[in-house]
Order: sequence, then structure tokens, then C-alpha cells
Amino acid sequence: MMNYMTLANLTKKYSRGKGDEIHALDSFNLTVKKGEFVTILGPSGCGKTTALRIIAGFEEQTEGDVFLKGENINHVAPYKRFMPMVFQSYALFPHMNVYENIAYGLRALKKSRDIIRNDVAMACQVVNLVGLEKCYPGELSGGQQQRVALARTLVLKPEMILFDEPLSNLDVKLRIQTRTEIKRVHRMLGITVLYVTHDQSEALSMSDRIVIMNHGRTVQEGTPEEIYNNPINSFVADFIGNANFISAEVEEIEGKRVTIRLQNRIIVVKQENPELSFSEGEEVYLAIKPEATGISSDKADFTGIVDTRSFQGSHTEYKIEFEGSFINIHQSNMGKEIQTYQAGDIINLKFDKDLFHLYKK
Amino acid sequence: MNKSFGKIRKDPRLLITASIITLLLILFILYPLYSAFKMSITGDGGISFSVYREVFTQKQNIRAISNSLVLATLTATFSTFIGFTFAYSIHRAIIPGQKYFRAMAILPLISPPFMFALSHILLFGRNGLITARLLGIDSLGIYGLNGLVVVQTMGMFPLSYLILSGIVRAVDPDLELSAMNLGARRLRVFRTITLPLTLPGLLASWLMVFMGSLTDFGNPIIIGGDFNVLSVQAYLEFTGMGNLPRGTALAILLLLPTLFIFTLQKQILKRRSYVSASGKSVRNSRGLGTPGISRALFIFCLMITVFILLIYITIIAGSFITLWGEDWSFTLKHLSYSYDVGFKTLINTLLLALISTPITAAMGILIAFLATNKDLPGRKILEFLSLLSYAIPGTVVGIGYVLAFNRSPFKLSGTAFILIAVYVFRNLPITVEGGIAALSQVSGEIEESAANLGGNSAYILRRVTLPMIRPAFFAGATYAFIRSMTAISAIIFLISARWNHMSVLILAQTEIMRLGVASVMSFVLIILISIIIFLGSQMTKLKGTGLPASLKQLKAY
Ligand SMILES: Nc1ncnc2c1ncn2[C@@H]1O[C@H](COP(=O)(O)OP(=O)(O)OP(=O)(O)O)[C@@H](O)[C@H]1O
Ligand SMILES: [Mg+2]
Repeated sequence: MMNYMTLANLTKKYSRGKGDEIHALDSFNLTVKKGEFVTILGPSGCGKTTALRIIAGFEEQTEGDVFLKGENINHVAPYKRFMPMVFQSYALFPHMNVYENIAYGLRALKKSRDIIRNDVAMACQVVNLVGLEKCYPGELSGGQQQRVALARTLVLKPEMILFDEPLSNLDVKLRIQTRTEIKRVHRMLGITVLYVTHDQSEALSMSDRIVIMNHGRTVQEGTPEEIYNNPINSFVADFIGNANFISAEVEEIEGKRVTIRLQNRIIVVKQENPELSFSEGEEVYLAIKPEATGISSDKADFTGIVDTRSFQGSHTEYKIEFEGSFINIHQSNMGKEIQTYQAGDIINLKFDKDLFHLYKK
Repeated sequence: MNKSFGKIRKDPRLLITASIITLLLILFILYPLYSAFKMSITGDGGISFSVYREVFTQKQNIRAISNSLVLATLTATFSTFIGFTFAYSIHRAIIPGQKYFRAMAILPLISPPFMFALSHILLFGRNGLITARLLGIDSLGIYGLNGLVVVQTMGMFPLSYLILSGIVRAVDPDLELSAMNLGARRLRVFRTITLPLTLPGLLASWLMVFMGSLTDFGNPIIIGGDFNVLSVQAYLEFTGMGNLPRGTALAILLLLPTLFIFTLQKQILKRRSYVSASGKSVRNSRGLGTPGISRALFIFCLMITVFILLIYITIIAGSFITLWGEDWSFTLKHLSYSYDVGFKTLINTLLLALISTPITAAMGILIAFLATNKDLPGRKILEFLSLLSYAIPGTVVGIGYVLAFNRSPFKLSGTAFILIAVYVFRNLPITVEGGIAALSQVSGEIEESAANLGGNSAYILRRVTLPMIRPAFFAGATYAFIRSMTAISAIIFLISARWNHMSVLILAQTEIMRLGVASVMSFVLIILISIIIFLGSQMTKLKGTGLPASLKQLKAY
């Protein structure tokens, strides 16, 4: 597969008056292959939107290049790029009805009336908008608006679509439903997608590849599984796995086996992250994913004290004091005899040590 | 609704206050209007429309009507164009100096109405700096339509800017980007997105300026030359020739379009802008602008700004130059002469403005309070009456007051009271609207809970509502003050030897070509207005009052 789009050393500086500068993008690199679904995932303000807007041509980068199919498009006008974008606010034209909104791009391309009518009808079908053509955006629900925004881009039969947090204005249920919808359209039409979000479950469930971004830079890149199972540092582990972090000190290193000292005990962790190396005596974080931990009724190696408990329906969340830190544990509520614990109870903890990770402090 | 609350709302004192105010509005707004109308149809005894027939058969009057319409059309078009360009440049494009452009776009609003005409004569007149000195030509034909369009446009585009800046800002910049993103070129985006979304504002601006130009008196009388317009024609007939019926009829002709526009305008602004369905992007973006477009906008704004500055500098320079066009030496004689002939008038002008300002603001807020009180019968009538005077041209007001208040039982002509009444009732609409806007933000719940705790309506008004609408009060006061200090079209009929007004005095000096003196007086007037506004905002120590806030209210129009 060829690289459909490449961002090379993209840098964007904004001045904040009085000589103060902010690097919204800082030598950001990215490649997207044809037909791929790539997600940029990062916290608010990390530069995701900035990247999309530079790709779409709304803003000019301070440095770096944007390549499309191997061609530099730094100076190509936005209306010639044909990379339609679904905005976070949808940006539907409020003075046009659904039909006119969807037809807008086709009219700009001066397509014939018949083609426009035909294509708009098709697009409406793809995103389930049939019957709403005469409505104005103000009369639509959030989910319907979202689908108009999607239809408006699909109707142009683009090779690539940009999405800027398209689901953030929807409620949880609709969000999950629309997720599948977008994924379906992606598969059905084979469109290349660059998708921006700060929602990890969205990224994990939809993407072929995830790019984790922070402070305008790439932090880690890989398939959802790679990233989830092997977060490269504590930022990623926290961001994508909601990991618990426990302070520890390195006692001894033997190849991949690292012995660390917690508050009261010593454990051995397999350290497979090639990017990291530790030295003896170093302060580190031990990251434990909530699902790597269980509450055991049998006697176990580890104990903790229940701090708070909150019932979540399918599972119960416990906040537990463990070795001087607090960790969160999910206990499934499936099955019959689930024992519940109260604050102050001392409980036995079971860890899946393969899911332990060490990170620099 | 809570029972005790309903009772309080129907407090008899409210009803009494409402009745008194209604009576006052009828007396000072409707009655003069009625008097004027009566004069125009009963001029020669008996009811007839012969005066109107006369008006429409006399060439000079028809000419005046068509002149007024042509002038207003041109001024409205240019003002809206400049106002829109300013609004777009300041709020949408990314160009340097936006803050300064904004300040310049607002400055003309605190100037005496015909100051632009005055400086225009100094710059482009027979002895003008640019015409005679730099170009060595006689004059640029500033007397007449061309000069009037330029002068009025400079004075009125700020109004367009204010109306449009709110509307331009309300359009989500992402819409333009999105359109471009879907493949539309800039011109197409402008035509299909930007223009339709700002159209209500453009229309509103056009209508408001049209109305302003139509009813303008100060500029046409100074540089109108042979180009007669209705307001001047009415004044000349009424005061100059003493033909009261005909003068009045001409003035009434002005009233018809303004009333029409007034209602139309309310309709348009009601359906104002499309509120974007979901969240709006807060990101500033250069919108459609390419660097080239931004540069063009910048140059445009800069040129207008320089022109405005030039006008002000000219006035200042004119104040201290012995004889403009002939003797360019420095002098203070205009200043001392102005002091001799104008000091008393200046004090009187200021005095009456200072007296009428708090009355206007207080009454406006009171009317707003009554008009938003859902239990008060006839509150809509009250609101309508108080807003109506905005649609009545100053010329009609002036003539109406002369006719209504020149004999008992309301013999007021020649007194300070009649001037105060004009100020109060002419400036009322803005304060009322501002008050209503502020009051509808004060949620009814706050008042209700206060009522539940057992306050009567006077108490609620004083303790709960008033503090929350203080900003509206002071904004309205600022606006009323400026308008009183720069009034002309109505009061020119009503001043007397005892109670003169600076504007009229400046006009008189300009007419006899004592331009230096006129400059000094204009200059002093602007300075005085600025100082008082500054002191006022310092004294009240309130954020969100003073000029900017008062201008924000002006936008409602
Ligand atoms: N026009 C601008 N002027 C100055 N700073 C800006 C501008 N636009 C964005 N920024 C800054 O650049 C940084 C990146 O912004 P960006 O909108 O790309 O973030 P984001 O990752 O999309 O965040 P979110 O998830 O909240 O949408 C932020 O710190 C933001 O404050
Ligand atoms: Mg964003």
C-alpha cells in the first residue's frame, strides 16, 4: 500500500501576544495509507484540530510539509484539496435545508441537476436521512445533524475524509451507534479516514492505527492492540488504559527481569519495552491496569484496604489503598455469589503480573 | 403563579405610575404629532389636503423629495458597505490594528452632527486646504449631492458598523471554512454563505442609515447648496417663510417613510440571524481571507481611518488658524471670540443635557420595568409609545412641539422645559430598549423569590431589580447625554435667546463662514462630551458602562 498522505515535520506556532509563543504542533509526522482508518488520539489542546486544519488548508503551517499522493500541497487552496471534513460543530449551513446542505459541494463543482439529485438521494440513503431532505439544521436532532455533516462529505465521493471529534456532541448511546455507522461507511466505500478524538474507546474500537499525540508531538503509534497492551510510557498507559500508578524503586536488574521495591514488599516485573532502560536505585512507576487486578477470596500475596466502593451496574469499582497509593479495581458483577466489601475491609488482591509495566517517573 | 406575588404585581402604585407615564407619553409624543398633522390638513381652515396637493405640484418640493430619497439611498448604500467591510475586517479577518480601527469607527458617534460638513468645507471648499492649496482648483463641488453623500457616510457608517459587527460575529467562521472545504471558491462562499447569513444585518443597517440620512438636517443645511432636501425645505418654509401648513406638510412627508422603516426594521431584526444549531467554533480564523485579501481590507480600513483622523485634525487646526485659506498664522482669537459669544450657551447646553440625562435614563428604566411586568394591562401600548419617538424625524418633533406648546394650557415655548422635554422623549427609546433587554436577563425567579420573602414591589424594584440593571441605566444615560449635547434637527425650532444650544450656534457660525469659530466650538463640544463621559464612568465605577456599553445598546436599533 502506498502512503496516501504524509505530514512531514509539521510545526505550527501561535503567538499569544507579547512575544509569547505556543507550539500547537511541534515537528509532527504522520503517514496515512490508502484505505486506512487512522485516529489521532490526544488530550484537549494537544494540537489535533490544528493538524486537521492545516491538512484541509484552513491554516498555514509555520514549518513542514503536507504531501498528498506524493505531491506537496502546501500551497494548494482549500477548495482544491478535496478532503472534506466533518467538523466538531458540524458547521451545517443554517440557512439551507438538508438537501441543499448535502448538494452544496456538488453545486460548487457545477454538476448537472440530475446528477446532484441522484447523488444526494444516494447519500441520504447511505446515512439514513431519507425523508428529512426538507428540514433545516435547526429542526434536526444532534444525531441527524451529524449524519447530514457526514452525507455532505460522502456525496463528493472523496478519497479521504477528515473527522474532527465528530461524536463529541452526541450522548453516549448515540455515540456508540454512530461509531458503528462511520465504521460501516468506511468499510463499504473504502475511503481513507483521518479521525481525531480524545476518546480512547472511540479510538480503540474504530481504528486500524492509532497515533497518540501530546503537546503537538507523536508519543506512540501502532494498532489499537499494540498500544493498549504495551503503552510506551506512563502518559499513554494513563491515557489509554486508565492504569493505576504505584511509586516504586528499582532494586536490581537482570536482563528483562527488574526487581522493584514497593512500600512493604519486593516484586519482579518483566520489562519488555525496548525504549526504556532503568538503573538500580531509580524511582519508577509500576502501572497496573484495572482489569489486571482481581479481588480474591483465597489467600493471596497482596492485600489492600477498601477506601470507597461504587456500584456501576455491570461491575463495581473499588478504590483501594495499596502499598501507599490508591488503585482502582473493577469487579465484575456477573455470577451469583459476588461478595461485596465495605470501606475499611482488608481484601486479598490477585494480579496478572504479565500486565505490569514499569515507567520512568 | 404564587398568589401573594400576583397581588404585589398588581400593586396600585404600579398602575398609577403606568398611567402617569402613559399620559406623559401621549402629551409629549402623540400630541405634538397630532398638532403637526392637524396643521398640515387644516392650514386654511376646514379639513382639506390642499396643502399636500400644493406640495406635490410645486417643482421645488418634488425636487426636494426626490433629492432626499436619492441622497438617503446613496448614503445608506455606502455606509452599509463601509460598515460591513469594517465589521468583517475587525471581527473576521486577521489584520493588524483592529483595536484602533474599532475605536475610529466609533469616534464619529460622539461628534456634533455636522462637524463633518464643517471640516469638509475646510478641506475641500473654495478656500479648502486640499482644493485651493494642494490642487489649486476652486472647489471639488462639495456643495450638493456629492459632498453630502461623503459627509453623511462618514458620520453614519459607524451605525452600520455597530449593527453589522454583532451579526458578523454571530456567523460561525467554520461555516465559511466548511463551504470552502466542500470545494467552493471564495467568491462563491461569500455569495452563498457569508452574504445570506449577514443579510438581515445588511438590511437593518441600510434601513437605519436611510432613515438617518433622510432626517438629517445639520449636514444638508451647511453643504446642501442648491441641493434641497425635505428636512431643510420644511425648515425654510416653516421658519423662514412662515408658511406653517406647508412646512409642516413637508415634515410629515418625512414621517411616512421613517414610520414604515421603523416597523420593517423591527420585523427584520426579529428574525435576525440563524443561531447555529450546535456549538460555535471559538477559534479565530482569517475566514475567507488570503494574505492578499487581508492586505486589501487593511488598506481600506486604513484609508477610512486616515480620512476620519484628517477630519478631526482639520477641526483642531481650524480652531487656531487666523483665516483658513488666506492667513495660516496661529491665533487664539477664535477661542476668545467663542468664549464671548458662546460660553453662556455652552453652559446652558451642558446644564440642560445634565438635567435631562438622569430623567431620561430613570424614566426609560421605569418604562422598561412596567413594560416587562406581565400583569400590567396595556404594557405593550406603553412600550410602543415610548419606542415610537425613534421613528419620528427631529424636524417633525420640532415643528410638533412648536405647534403644540405655544399656547395655554401648555405654553412652554421659549422655556428650558420644552428643550428638556425634547431631550427626554426623543432619547427615551434607547434607554427603554436597553432596560427591557437587561430586565429580561434578570430572571423572573429572582424577583419571585424576593416577593415570596415578603417585599412589596417598590422594595423589589429598589433592592433586587435596580442593582441588576444599573449597567443598562448608565449606558442609556451616556447615550442620552451624547444625543442631547449634539442635538439639532428638533431643537432648532425650539431654542430661544435665553436657551440656545451649541449646535445651533455652531451652525450659525458656519453659515456666516466664521469657520474658525465654528471649529473651536465643535472641538470644545467634543472635548466636553468626552470629559463628562469619562468622569461619569469613573464616578459610577462600573464596568460595562460608559461609551462602549452604550453603543452596544445602540446596536439594538
Ligand atoms: N488561533 C489560535 N491562536 C492561539 N493559539 C491557538 C489558536 N488555535 C489553537 N491554539 C492553541 O493551540 C493548541 C492546540 O489547539 P487545538 O485546537 O489543535 O487542540 P485540540 O487538540 O484540537 O484540542 P480539543 O480536543 O480541545 O479540540 C491549544 O493550546 C490552543 O490553545
Ligand atoms: Mg479540537
